[in-house]
Amino acid sequence: MTNKNGRFGVHGGQYIPETLMNAVIELEEAYNYYKNDREFNRELTELFNNYAGRPSRLYFAEKMTADLGGAKIYLKREDLNHTGAHKINNVLGQALLAKKMGKTRLIAETGAGQHGVATATAAALMGMECVVFMGEEDTVRQALNVYKMRLLGAEVVPVKTGTATLKDAVSEAMREWTSRISDTHYCLGSVMGPHPFPTIVRDFQAVISKEIKEQLLEKEGRLPNAVVACVGGGSNAIGSFYHFINDNEVKLIGCEAAGRGIDTFETAATINTGRIGIFHGMKSYFCQDQYGQIAPVYSISAGLDYPGVGPEHAYLYDIGRAQYVPITDEEAVNAFEYLSKTEGIIPAIESAHAVAYALKAAPEMGKDEIMVITISGRGDKDCAAIARYRGEDINE
Amino acid sequence: MSNIKKAFENGKAFIPFITCGDPDLETTALCVRAAAENGADLIELGIPFSDPTAEGPVIQGANIRALKGGVTTDKIFDFVKELRKDVKVPMVFMTYANVVFSYGAEKFISACRDIEIDGLILPDLPYEEKEEFLPLCHKYGVDLVSLIAPTSENRIAMIAKEAEGFLYIVSSLGVTGTRSEIKTDIASIVNVVRENTNVPCAVGFGISTPEQAKKMADVSDGAIVGSAIIKLIEKYGKDAPKYVGEYVKSMKDALR
Repeated sequence: MTNKNGRFGVHGGQYIPETLMNAVIELEEAYNYYKNDREFNRELTELFNNYAGRPSRLYFAEKMTADLGGAKIYLKREDLNHTGAHKINNVLGQALLAKKMGKTRLIAETGAGQHGVATATAAALMGMECVVFMGEEDTVRQALNVYKMRLLGAEVVPVKTGTATLKDAVSEAMREWTSRISDTHYCLGSVMGPHPFPTIVRDFQAVISKEIKEQLLEKEGRLPNAVVACVGGGSNAIGSFYHFINDNEVKLIGCEAAGRGIDTFETAATINTGRIGIFHGMKSYFCQDQYGQIAPVYSISAGLDYPGVGPEHAYLYDIGRAQYVPITDEEAVNAFEYLSKTEGIIPAIESAHAVAYALKAAPEMGKDEIMVITISGRGDKDCAAIARYRGEDINE
Repeated sequence: MSNIKKAFENGKAFIPFITCGDPDLETTALCVRAAAENGADLIELGIPFSDPTAEGPVIQGANIRALKGGVTTDKIFDFVKELRKDVKVPMVFMTYANVVFSYGAEKFISACRDIEIDGLILPDLPYEEKEEFLPLCHKYGVDLVSLIAPTSENRIAMIAKEAEGFLYIVSSLGVTGTRSEIKTDIASIVNVVRENTNVPCAVGFGISTPEQAKKMADVSDGAIVGSAIIKLIEKYGKDAPKYVGEYVKSMKDALR
């Protein structure tokens, strides 16, 4: 899907300071070599299977299916991976690649802390130094994840600039990378940033759709009618979509965080409310004002609280291959509670955005149709925030 | 070739950077005039961006103050138009790709020509992406300034061969901001540049003292200073123009 210079249609590219150009070129060359290297792939598969716990289950949600009375619903259980989310897939791939490149230090940005914890985990496993940049606001909201990262041996740097959230953590990690390149790999957490990151991260996450396809063929002997996933930067969604992109009969649905609604300013639904721009190394859709100043965004989900979206999603939207729907905080919280009560699965609030879409769409589908929802992560980290949202104060 | 060439005709060039609208456009106008009167050869005017990823804390602060003060691209265009009535020194805009792209690249770059802005510096537009704006820059006679970094190595010749206006040599790894010491071997970068182009080159990032400026200019064609000036503006606010003028004079004197 990537063409020269990492373009997805008009999106993508490498809009970064000259200081970083040789670093991304070196990364691209190393990736192009190792992605076809038998030993690299053997090691990665070993890590996926015996460390992260892959393949993740494709679970038939029988009660949910019966309750909604429409499409047959399967849940892709990325929440069962080690560290509790799909983030580990990308991180193990990048950390292994960095190690092969001779890098000894990983830096990363994190919002809710899931990618930070995954990176700290891989760094601990591979004996690498690790520094995680996290918005100061988020370090307070996600104190437990800050503790976990430190426990794993990482240094956590609170970012005080801008809105002190995910976008500022990305900016600060990029700044750090320009100051220390020779021994450091920037382990970007989503399918965003400059080429080759959107392609590398997608390829490592594509294991999700590869497994869905194989597992569903085994269980049902056919392809799904729809694949649904939440989209912030979009890594679990592109991972869930990738092996279905050429199967035109499979609907691909990305669920964006609408926050308090796409008709308010308190939203993070980039494709639904943003317009095309250039930021964080890529051309894509961004929430911004008329002068191109990046807008402060809002969502109850710290992991979807980002003003941009990966360039491949922007392209899939442009060509009409995938649909991107807004899901509000309220809808996501309802879905968070629904899946917990109905299936005994507490999803991450991010993933609950995808479940929320299913609650609306599955009843409209036929009983002979199949919908796969990716549960990108587990919801333990969100319990305190959801309790607060419902007016209940619990100690974390 | 635009007016930028003239900036390098008075010995080694001194190039100050000022963020438009920090703390307000009236102060910026007085600072620009003070810089021009005290020997600035070329002035870099920053159009603030919400998320300036190549800047250190000092210039980030200027961007935030300016945006909080309500400055916009349109207000800056009007401001430069007014300034151009008496300020003749070459001037370039320094901003981020999205500020140009989002405004409408043709509308932005044609406006630059109309208000006599001589060039554009976009730190997030490397060689590989310059086609984004280059055809429009050529159409309207605005130089698109290229940057060379300490990590550019094998890329220096390629960048230098197609350079326009002047070449901005980034002195150090990392972001903008004053530094006690510059370790990069600037002379050998400049040697490769000279083999590939006649376009002048100036060194920026980390320079604050007259001694540093002289050292950098001795091996190139000029010195660029941002953070040290922004610190004066941050410290003195509306009274800054006097101090900016004195500072520019001390720096240009060191380069004469």
